[in-house]
Amino acid sequence: MLGKAPWKMAAGATAIALLAAGCGGGGSDDSSTTSNTVVIGIGEPQHLIPTNSTESNGSEVLASLFYPLVDFDAQNKPVPVAAESVTPDATSTTWTVKLKSGFTFSNGEPVTSDNYINAWNYGAYGPNGQGASYFFEKIAGYADMQSTDPDGEEGPKKAPEPKAKTLTGLKKVDDTTFTITLSAPFSGWESVMGYSAFYPLPKAAWKSEGVIADGFEDAIIGNGPFKLKGKWEHDSQIVVEKVADFKGTVPKVDGVTWKIYQDQQAEYADLVANNVDVQTTIPIESLAKASADLGDRFKKSPNSVFQFVGFPTFQKEFQDVRVRQAISMAINRQEITDQIFLGSQSPATSFVSPVVAGYRENTCGKNCEYNPTEAKALYQAAKGPSEIKITYNVDGNHKAWVDATCNQIKASLGINCVGGEEPKFADLLSKVEKKQPVGLIRLGWIMDYPLMENYLGPLYSTDGSSNYYGYSNPTFDNLVKEGSAAKTSEEAIAKWQAAEDILAKDMPVIPLRNGQNVYGYSTKVSNVNVDLFQKVDLYKIEVVG
Amino acid sequence: MFRYIVRRLLQMVLTFFGATFLLYALVFANQKDPIQALVGERPVTESQRIALTERYHLDEGFFMQYWYYMKGLFTGDFGTSLTGRKILDMMSDAWPVTLRLALIAIVIAAVFSVTAGVYSAIRRGGIFDNVTLIITLVLLAMPIVVLAPLAQLVFGIQLGWFAPTATRDATFVQLLLPAIVLACIVIAPEMRVTRTSVVENLRADYVRTARAKGLTRMRVIWVHVLRNSLIPVVTLIGVDLGTLMAGAIVTEKIFNIPGVGFNLARAIRTEDGPLVVGFVSILVILFLFINLLVDLLYAALDPRIRYE
Repeated sequence: MLGKAPWKMAAGATAIALLAAGCGGGGSDDSSTTSNTVVIGIGEPQHLIPTNSTESNGSEVLASLFYPLVDFDAQNKPVPVAAESVTPDATSTTWTVKLKSGFTFSNGEPVTSDNYINAWNYGAYGPNGQGASYFFEKIAGYADMQSTDPDGEEGPKKAPEPKAKTLTGLKKVDDTTFTITLSAPFSGWESVMGYSAFYPLPKAAWKSEGVIADGFEDAIIGNGPFKLKGKWEHDSQIVVEKVADFKGTVPKVDGVTWKIYQDQQAEYADLVANNVDVQTTIPIESLAKASADLGDRFKKSPNSVFQFVGFPTFQKEFQDVRVRQAISMAINRQEITDQIFLGSQSPATSFVSPVVAGYRENTCGKNCEYNPTEAKALYQAAKGPSEIKITYNVDGNHKAWVDATCNQIKASLGINCVGGEEPKFADLLSKVEKKQPVGLIRLGWIMDYPLMENYLGPLYSTDGSSNYYGYSNPTFDNLVKEGSAAKTSEEAIAKWQAAEDILAKDMPVIPLRNGQNVYGYSTKVSNVNVDLFQKVDLYKIEVVG
Repeated sequence: MFRYIVRRLLQMVLTFFGATFLLYALVFANQKDPIQALVGERPVTESQRIALTERYHLDEGFFMQYWYYMKGLFTGDFGTSLTGRKILDMMSDAWPVTLRLALIAIVIAAVFSVTAGVYSAIRRGGIFDNVTLIITLVLLAMPIVVLAPLAQLVFGIQLGWFAPTATRDATFVQLLLPAIVLACIVIAPEMRVTRTSVVENLRADYVRTARAKGLTRMRVIWVHVLRNSLIPVVTLIGVDLGTLMAGAIVTEKIFNIPGVGFNLARAIRTEDGPLVVGFVSILVILFLFINLLVDLLYAALDPRIRYE
């Protein structure tokens, strides 16, 4: 039979196997060590089509490939960038955008009004299912581009085709001028256009009118300072390089490798080993050793995250405002941010984030101050429920602080408090939609554009997109609308602040924490800034030496 | 032999359909709101929901969805993941790196456990035997969720012997640390089975005969004894493939390898039915083939085993 041969065979097979296993790998990418490029860690983006990209990973990459109409200065005021000027009419309803001339896409096509109009029409058209389509809501004609399923999702009928395929509010004046007509006056519109959904798309993007060419997303072409080198290597990396003679602000680095991580811990390991240059979010598990590992390359900066819990106001036991105030006063926010978040978040005492213009400290007043004795008296007077629940999604790392908050409530109010666990946020939402008693709801918000309205509208208006707890106050709704319609931003802020004061009285939610960027960088780079949207400022970052 | 293989292959077709059907049913039963799972904690607009529901037939019943999937499968189309990517593309990205990782792990585990197993069997009760006994005990007790980050911290970051993470086109050296970690979860059982098996065979009649014939000790052990002792070990290595794949989910996450394990974990998280079934189908096929191979190897190891 095989005699001695099996061992030779086995040895041979082993050698072949190891060789085969090793061979697949090419040379590793050392470009970051030798040239003027940086490696920034991200998660796999969901999409790279601007109107379909709503999460931070995708918008970070897009920010390197595209040049926005407006950007924000240090005070978060909008500044025209790719636009020469953005001018509203007397009522802030019709806005005229004039583009700077001479700009091109990285494939050489000039940037014209049509590039914007076509891209936005695509994004707004319902059947395209774009994630950021709600950004176009305020433009006239948006409603006609949507359709609703006549008999609900379960029903046999298909949704009819929408009435219109284009936004009536978008008008081309000439190649570098176009106008946007809103369905209602909105003084903050210029800030909205700073969001990534408002980037233009080149002619090369379209297979036919309103249809994006196959494979365009993996090889996307923008009007920004960098262009894609090769293709989007899914789950692995996205490499971008500088566009030659770019007309706008020119970044100091020659290229960026967006290295894709599945796990923030793995990314942190690479950061410490100098294999990745910037990590915009240090995982909470590594926070304790981060300053030892990174020294003064471990940094914090404000961001727009706002963490809170909402009261399901449709439930009887939470309808008395004193119950809501008492629970809020029973929580020691400072202790939780220090002990659980190790200072990576700060206590919130207002209903909007400190990063927006018009923010005032401590609008929540006494209601957000830790005062167990008064809380207990108030709670007993209002005859609050003897057991409450804070429901959260377990996949989001919320258990630790929810448990701590519950313990504080228990100690302060002398009632029982438990954390309600739902596997996913979607499960939580579906229970809330069916008005099942879930108790208090854990929620968070990241702004889309730096305006007070971006917190007040979606979170607390009666028809707000993220008002899951059913808060409704017509006076508040009107003030928010009046603020949006105001002629100047000062006037708008005054209205919005008046609206916020109503929240402080009604306490539909308990503000808990404001987020911070907690980031770190390698020894190879300097001037690293992470902005309000958790994005690295690509125009400032530099390679050392 | 040939008829045996054909019969096995036919059985495999049945197993394949049974397994994918069961899987699809399980994933479907677990499916609550894949669209919301996909977008995370953001609200989904009505028109987006309608568009995605229609695109992925989410509003239809289980059998219709399974039918769409199977229809695609037979035309060489594994379908589209909920993220919009072709599942075939995702698989061709993910499988090579995982196969390389698993192959290195299997080879490391087999070489190490067989050599060490035989050695401790010969020197039964000696220091080496006792020390390996304790080490395997520790390895058995240590779950991979502890082992992998520990190895990354010690050998990757602090000592700097290995790169702390690997990528899709990782070199052999980059994959070595994750492969060793992966191998650790199967080394202990493989080594112990080898040892026991060799110890038993050392007492067998044919060994006495071989010794009486005056064969050298080395030849008796490495040719006569080992060949008979390897039968249970080979079976175990085949079965261990499943353990390795389960371990790969953790290892790939920790070492940032965008392979099968990672894709599976993500697909389960986002309730992406077709993606789960696609990746696991290939796993099922692989598993079936390896087991066929193991069965055929028996014949080579033990001439008394013949398949008719």
